[in-house]
Amino acid sequence: MNNPKTIESRWAVEAKGLVKVFGDNRAVDGVDLLVPKGSIYGVLGPNGAGKTTTIRILATLLRPTAGEARIFDHDIRKEPHLVRQLVGVTGQYASVDESLSATENLIIFSRLLGLSRKDARRRTVELLEEFHLTEAARRPIKKFSGGMRRRLDLAASLIAQPPLIFLDEPTTGLDPLTRSQMWDTIRRLVATGSTVLLTTQYLDEADQLADRIAVIDRGRVVAEGTVDELKSSLGTSSLHLQLQDAALSPIAQQIAEKMLLVDAVFISPEGRMTAPIADAEQVTDLLLAFRQHNIHTASLSVQKPTLDEVFLTITGHGVPDDENDDNALQEMSQ
Amino acid sequence: MMTRDTLSMPPRRNLSLGQTIQQSLTMAYRTLLKIRRTPEQLMDVTFQPIIFTLMFTYIFGGAIAGNVQHYLPIIIPGILVQTVITTSIVTGTQLREDMDTGVFDRFKALPIARIAPLAGALLADTIRYLIATVLTISMGYIMGYRPQGGLSHVAMAGLLVIVCAWAISWIFAFFGVIARTASSVQGISMLILFPITFLSNAFVPAETMPHWLQGFVNVNPVSHLVTAVRDLANTGTVNSNLVTSLVGVAVIVAIFAPLTVRAYMRRT
Repeated sequence: MNNPKTIESRWAVEAKGLVKVFGDNRAVDGVDLLVPKGSIYGVLGPNGAGKTTTIRILATLLRPTAGEARIFDHDIRKEPHLVRQLVGVTGQYASVDESLSATENLIIFSRLLGLSRKDARRRTVELLEEFHLTEAARRPIKKFSGGMRRRLDLAASLIAQPPLIFLDEPTTGLDPLTRSQMWDTIRRLVATGSTVLLTTQYLDEADQLADRIAVIDRGRVVAEGTVDELKSSLGTSSLHLQLQDAALSPIAQQIAEKMLLVDAVFISPEGRMTAPIADAEQVTDLLLAFRQHNIHTASLSVQKPTLDEVFLTITGHGVPDDENDDNALQEMSQ
Repeated sequence: MMTRDTLSMPPRRNLSLGQTIQQSLTMAYRTLLKIRRTPEQLMDVTFQPIIFTLMFTYIFGGAIAGNVQHYLPIIIPGILVQTVITTSIVTGTQLREDMDTGVFDRFKALPIARIAPLAGALLADTIRYLIATVLTISMGYIMGYRPQGGLSHVAMAGLLVIVCAWAISWIFAFFGVIARTASSVQGISMLILFPITFLSNAFVPAETMPHWLQGFVNVNPVSHLVTAVRDLANTGTVNSNLVTSLVGVAVIVAIFAPLTVRAYMRRT
């Protein structure tokens, strides 16, 4: 373990043994986190794993039952007011005033943060422009789409340009286009020197954005490392392929095992082939070989490991469905 | 992308009183903006004074004071106090509703005085009391009420009612903070409000009531407030009832403000 006293400048977040108990539910059960400054840190886990609760504790919105955490070397219990000046939080549920317009929302938050009337107005215009909300600025938020709400929410978290930003499932429920726009925004934030801690249910998102990832399950960190470290521990993608002519299955299997350098190619009697692949290039080689042998394919897909598979590998159990929903509800009601 | 150095303020360990006041005013401004966006929120303070004043005056006027003209100096101050205090319940229900919305999470995460959202809500509600006060007195005037105290004393009486309603709103704010739902706040508040406004001299002279009831009516702070308002508006005199009312509401604030703030801090 690192001693915070000697390398105090390295970490944006240091959490040790965080515990939060709601009734008899240990929502967070001993979470340790070390988030390096200037990085994007992903907290990956299913609904109810304790992600939101952890973020709420770090943002001083909840008091931990046990454990300690420091934000830029400031204790969250002893110096909450200071910590609040260093973090911006964008929650899972839009935290803006529904009945007010985007401009009014941003001006009120700016004024609360101590900006003068003039600065508040200027900053609001800047942020609206930056998040492509200028045209909708005067409309009440009620009429905003999900993506616009998230953008406004994020804009509100950035008014004071906090060095650390918590994003709780920033893209859950967004369409793919809006999601990739959100990803760009998050990357730009880090480019200006901010540290981002984001939670997500999607391995893909953590993969795209995060420098390091903590996998969290049932309130505990079950794996931690860089994206590559984690991936290599998770296994590889798999190829799914449907042959046009199932009669060619034996020869197709032979070719596949030779080209992919594995002996775990499985073909169903209907001509459906599944094979692990380490490198996407191998797929090209395989398809060329198929063409040479006059084997035609009906469909083809490459699938990355799903969160389910990640969990299965790391924890030995899948994403827990039932208690999952219970915890999510409890987390929401906090 | 924005430049990092233009706005960043050095982190501060504590908030000054000036900052706390400025933040409370911003929160009050927010409430006013919301009222402007949803003016139907003001339905109660607009129609209740008009309907209640009309109803009570014409229903009870003949029975209690012989005729409507004689009843007006009794009922207008009474209904003024009753209406404005009823209005103060909304402080509690709205606070509860507000605390349940997502935006409250953001307020809690901002480096602002913990008290600002509460103080702002209470402050902005005085505008509701002002509307109810002006409408009740105007309604009385239209019906023929000519207070002898003159405009300045009527204004003083109105101000007194607003100050007292603000103080009493701390009680309802307390329920707003501790209750689970807005409708339960409404329920509890009504249970308190009905006895204290009706078991007073607001509508009927206390002398006509049974002895045991008079005992309560005479110590009820609402009675003292109603009498103080009547004396101010009708005769332009200031007496001990005014002092009693102010002391009474000061006690309410002294008890409920700390209770509310403490419960609020624990909740947030």
